[in-house]
Amino acid sequence: MKTMIGEEETEKIRTSGELEIFRMRLVDSASSRTPRIVISSGTCGQARGSTEVVESFQRAIKKHDLQNKIATRVSGCGGFCETEPNAVIYPEGVFYQKLSPDDAEEIISETVLNGRIVDRLLYVDPNTGQKFVHESEIPFYKKQMRLLLASNLLIEPTSIQDYLSIGGYRTFFKVLRDLTPEQVIEEIKRSGLRGRGGAGFPTGMKWDLCRRARDSIKYVICNADEGDPGAYMDRSLLEGNPHSVIEGMMIGAYAIGASEGFIYVRSEYPLAVKHSKIAIEDARKHGLLGEDIAASGFRFDIRIAIGAGAFVCGEETALIASIEGKRGTPRQRPPFPVEKGLWGRPTNINNVETWANVPLILARGADWYSKIGTERSKGTKIFSLVGKIKNTGLCEVPMGTTLREMIYDIGGGVPDGKKFKAVQIGGPSGGCIPSELLDLPIDYESLTGAGSIMGSGGIIVLDEKTCVVDLVLYYISFLEDESCGKCVSCREGLHRMREILVDISEGRGKAEDIKVLEEVATVVKDASFCGLGQTAPNPVVSTLRYFRDEYLAHIRDRKCPAKVCRALIQYSIVEGNCTGCGACRNICPQKAISGEPKQIHLIDRALCIKCGVCLDTCKFDAIEVS
Amino acid sequence: MVKLRINGLDVEADSGQTLLEVARFMGIEIPALCFHEGLSPWGGCRLCLVEISEGNRDRLVTSCTYPVQEGLEVKTHSERVIRTRKVIVELLLSSCPSSKTIQDLAAKLGVQKVRFTIEHDDCIYCGLCVRMCSEQMNAKAIGFVNRGGKTKIATAFDRKSDDCRRCGACMYICPACQLRCQGPEPPQVVCGGCLSLEPTCLDFYPDLMCFMGTKGECGTCIREEPRKKV
Repeated sequence: MKTMIGEEETEKIRTSGELEIFRMRLVDSASSRTPRIVISSGTCGQARGSTEVVESFQRAIKKHDLQNKIATRVSGCGGFCETEPNAVIYPEGVFYQKLSPDDAEEIISETVLNGRIVDRLLYVDPNTGQKFVHESEIPFYKKQMRLLLASNLLIEPTSIQDYLSIGGYRTFFKVLRDLTPEQVIEEIKRSGLRGRGGAGFPTGMKWDLCRRARDSIKYVICNADEGDPGAYMDRSLLEGNPHSVIEGMMIGAYAIGASEGFIYVRSEYPLAVKHSKIAIEDARKHGLLGEDIAASGFRFDIRIAIGAGAFVCGEETALIASIEGKRGTPRQRPPFPVEKGLWGRPTNINNVETWANVPLILARGADWYSKIGTERSKGTKIFSLVGKIKNTGLCEVPMGTTLREMIYDIGGGVPDGKKFKAVQIGGPSGGCIPSELLDLPIDYESLTGAGSIMGSGGIIVLDEKTCVVDLVLYYISFLEDESCGKCVSCREGLHRMREILVDISEGRGKAEDIKVLEEVATVVKDASFCGLGQTAPNPVVSTLRYFRDEYLAHIRDRKCPAKVCRALIQYSIVEGNCTGCGACRNICPQKAISGEPKQIHLIDRALCIKCGVCLDTCKFDAIEVS
Repeated sequence: MVKLRINGLDVEADSGQTLLEVARFMGIEIPALCFHEGLSPWGGCRLCLVEISEGNRDRLVTSCTYPVQEGLEVKTHSERVIRTRKVIVELLLSSCPSSKTIQDLAAKLGVQKVRFTIEHDDCIYCGLCVRMCSEQMNAKAIGFVNRGGKTKIATAFDRKSDDCRRCGACMYICPACQLRCQGPEPPQVVCGGCLSLEPTCLDFYPDLMCFMGTKGECGTCIREEPRKKV
């Protein structure tokens, strides 16, 4: 059936047969067969200039009159953020990294026209120095299992046609035609999928509870309020493949019996908001959202709720309050949202990554899915590898992959020849895991056992130059700021914990501080309402477990072993190394360094603010921190 | 009716009742600062915590918000509960030392010292005033502003509110700032004199002589034979 919407002619898709015909037409069309230059343009890519690179590619294509031979595809984040802006030239899969707009011309004239490789733009392994031509050979990609992320590079997120042509919405039609809601839930239960938001609640069980709740109106919500510093997998999924999330929500809504859905996304993610808005509009135009979907009587629509970026609104009851227009504070559970949620109606909330997994499970079967991962944690999980690591980016691996594989095989290890110290997993409320536990297989239970949480899956790698007290102080300050302030235990407890940590890092620590810190940590954990407070002391507790010596060094010896805490370090000049070049003297913002040219310089400690600029400037290792 | 066990006693309660209601009906004393019979439960002060058993996992929940559930095992005064309550009172005391209510609580729970820096915030953010204003007075003139450590209770945009009828209900219901010990602001905080002492100063002197932080100095906490009033 054809309808006119605005100036555009849009086809409504009513049956799986129609979908298949539509898809075949898209696949056969000339534009889908032209080779593509895929430029990874998530928020991360755009921040590093991918928009300009895309434009210069388009100019170069026009200049060489290649419009019918090759086209660009502005895709979402491919995951390898370290190399951005990067481009993959299909069908060969040639991978070029760290592009500037000037490189486009050379790539078009050399690789596209003559089939020659531009050597200087190839990816070089930072450890072995080996160069790689094809995307599939790069160790970063090779060791992953990219069930969700791989699609990001195959489509333009703003094009429903692209999503349809890779088989999108096929699963939804199959589900609608062949399965009852109970069978869908049974399938999800059998797959062993657990919530990717962090707590790991079995998704099938949640759906079942929500389905059983008796009410005529039910809601499904996609939680895209990703607030952990250093985590961005949900953003990349929603930005790069919004339709997969929408399809997941449609299947969930069908299974639960919901007719309305919300995507709760923070306003700090403008690209994710934009892409999901376009995706919802497109799905509506094709009759995939709205009344009487696929002529089955199933009714479902999605709205976007934009959050103001409070960390606590990722907690489900606070999220519901925020959508209702109230202040984002958690409330008592039970009753759980599956019984009484949004506006008192049964509400099923899942994380972006959980929703994106749903179409995959139903397309390929619960048996296939449950073979991936460990006994109790199934499927793959996307982690964001950030911090002191060579290959920064998103990596999707099966549950049960060890930290060592992730950090060394995929991440390439710690840069600048420094020693690996620990990883902070699960964002600010996760825990710090030391190098002794590198062979820990990552799944929900093992992380909890090690004093951390899965969280949304941020992995922040720390090297020997990171001070544990300083790091924990940062996290506790973040959480103190992001606490909603409702519970005394969380609001005052975190405030006091920060107070003690500041004392320790500034050399005023007392012997009993560690005991008080532990006592308050227990109370914050035990007595707080929601997940934020209950997990907030994790950084303190886990570092006290694994790095107690460092706390003691700060308190007893008034020393910061990593030489980070400013109150406990001093800068001085190594006389033997100083050449008297004056570089440090010129750059010192406090004018604390004096000395004649070619003479040994001197730092005035009374003036020095310990900013460390001199250390970074000196080429002769003549600045010493003690 | 819902059957549950509180402190080892079998209890029957109406569904929809909270643990606090049932426990108080049984005569068990549970402290609570943000709870009031006439207002919706909030669960912010965390003093009414009780320990419940779910399978093999014990956890602490606020009894003022937790609905009774079939077969629930509740302990209102377990060691964990008392330990947690003490730290919470200590936290409250350190930011709100001039409140008589909190001083009394501290004395009752045996909080002997405060290990944190004293701040005179003088609001415990229990939200009773906010709920009073919106639920009983139907004015909604005040509310919570900001979050975390920057939370405060204020009118919208800190302007004089047109919705406020100056009824004073917010001040009437405040558990913390209205009942102030009238002593000078003390350098040391835990007083506890008014509650932990018998006989009180009034048995000795015509006026209340207890100044916070000067425990012992006014002489009343020294247990002597009651003397004749001066």
